[in-house]
Amino acid sequence: MPSEESRATITDTQSIASPAINAEDRAQEADHPSSLVAKFGVDQPLQLDCGIDLSPFQIAYQTYGRLNADRSNAILVLHALTGDQHVANTHPVTGKPGWWETMIGPGRPLDTDRYFIICSNVIGGCMGSTGPASTNPVNGKLWGLDFPIITIPDMVRAQTMLIDRLGIETLFCVVGGSMGGMQALQWTAAYPKRVFSALAVACSTRHSAQNIAFHELGRQAVMADPDWHHGRYFEQGTHPHRGLGVARMAAHITYLSDAALHRKFGRRMQDRDLPTFSFDADFQVESYLRHQGSSFVERFDANSYLYLTRAMDYFDIAADHDGVLARAFRGIQTRFCVVSFTSDWLFPTPESRALVHALNASSARVSFAEIETDRGHDAFLLDVPEFFDISRAFLQSAAAARGLTRADG
Amino acid sequence: MAQQQILPLNGLVQDAAVHYRGDHLLVAEMVERGSKVLDVGCGEGDLLQLLEARGIDGRGIELSREGVNRCVAKGLAVVQGDADADLVNYPDDAFDYVILSQTLQATRQPRVVLENLLRIGHRAIVSFPNFGFWKMRLQLLVGGHMPRTENLPATWYDTANIHFCTIKDFVQLCDEINVKMERAVALDLHGRPLRVNLPWWFWNLFGEQGVFLLSRAGKGK
Repeated sequence: MPSEESRATITDTQSIASPAINAEDRAQEADHPSSLVAKFGVDQPLQLDCGIDLSPFQIAYQTYGRLNADRSNAILVLHALTGDQHVANTHPVTGKPGWWETMIGPGRPLDTDRYFIICSNVIGGCMGSTGPASTNPVNGKLWGLDFPIITIPDMVRAQTMLIDRLGIETLFCVVGGSMGGMQALQWTAAYPKRVFSALAVACSTRHSAQNIAFHELGRQAVMADPDWHHGRYFEQGTHPHRGLGVARMAAHITYLSDAALHRKFGRRMQDRDLPTFSFDADFQVESYLRHQGSSFVERFDANSYLYLTRAMDYFDIAADHDGVLARAFRGIQTRFCVVSFTSDWLFPTPESRALVHALNASSARVSFAEIETDRGHDAFLLDVPEFFDISRAFLQSAAAARGLTRADG
Repeated sequence: MAQQQILPLNGLVQDAAVHYRGDHLLVAEMVERGSKVLDVGCGEGDLLQLLEARGIDGRGIELSREGVNRCVAKGLAVVQGDADADLVNYPDDAFDYVILSQTLQATRQPRVVLENLLRIGHRAIVSFPNFGFWKMRLQLLVGGHMPRTENLPATWYDTANIHFCTIKDFVQLCDEINVKMERAVALDLHGRPLRVNLPWWFWNLFGEQGVFLLSRAGKGK
């Protein structure tokens, strides 16, 4: 029997379906998002690692809960590669629930009755923060590949400007998984005094060669699509949905695990008992992947995918500190909680352990839990009660140390 | 054998509401308030909770994933790791006290571990089951089999405890690696301290476990 999840993915297409949402909706979100927006004028450029000053630029963000009088209860949630600022509300393009509604809300680990939650779209993203899908104010055309290459430190530098704008000196916590975890770690390494605590999940202080290789595969798939038009597809009225879909399919495999795929799909057939002796999606797992590819291209900009994967590839905290990771965290007072998952082969536990060793060498206060699950890298987005318990307890303990009481929230 | 330097056990008050393990209470009483402590092999974090309740900045290392996750879910700063492999990552003098509670006998290299404890911490507190305890001796002597007790119920073939020692052995090791014993206490089967000022041979026979407060005897060795 196919599971509910796999049954919902049935498609009859031979390849990745064309997007159902038209490009104009996506383009609208890039410049005029359904979010709060912080605009930074020419007097406040974002200084990028590549040497370019990005200006003017904007950051799209969402908030949940209330900032207390001391401005001491703010949590910044950092999204992953294909996430966005709509962490705990219905997505304006897809109509789906927020990507971390299991974590954020009243009584949830990131309790909106107690904490003030901020989540912003990263620079280079396509949901309202300035990126390749935004309009370049110089010529009124979309940036495309004219947009400068950005890095994880650039994303975080932009976030500090947003936090300044909101009048917050010190964040109570930075929280993120995967690329979001990278940003959380970059916050602690670059702005340790502005971060009281950090919850870094399924991530690493650097992108591994294998992960760079998978990203390169994805980028090449996008660029090989004739609809890509060297990044000017919007001027041709096209979108490289096949290339981006293939990129998403390959990436999605890395987010799961052999055991999870086997458990969900095995070798089961899709709506048929016998093989068709063709290249149809005979197997449920094929159908599922095609669905993942086609639903992704509806909401995501292909160029943005190139830029954000590149930012992750360049990430290496130790490299910025003479190759010694521990130097990045010397004397740090931030409280850390590091979480990994046993079946995550994209950011496997040894990467988290290396981080923990560096934090130990800096005498940082760190909790580190490896959670047993067969759900792979994606586990941080799924319903894993042990992860919720650990996150809740870490934040409660940090809140007690910070002197946050219930009444504050 | 090392000179006995035993300080009196004083002021140990059992919290009326909570029942802590005898050796935990003893360890907690040895740690000065406001200090920074690393508990190696912290189990499910009972001792760390007791220490934190006393205003001590406690950190932990635990081998079992379940133990670590329970600790972290209690809000404790605990990481997964083991005494043999992970102590090397900590810098010199990082803690005021490093505690090794009922874990020394499960390490691969107890001597190296002990040296690391006193490198990382200004002081170390070590407790371990005494294999010289009369019940142990009797089981081997009369029963002819490896001893098992309430506190050490595992059989020889599935025990994690690979380096048993007696109180006498431990005192000898401390002497060899130039470790100073600031305080030593033997506990009976119920975790109660034996009377002080008894000779070592008595402790070695009637102490079910030993608890030692150690410091570096001086530089150069």
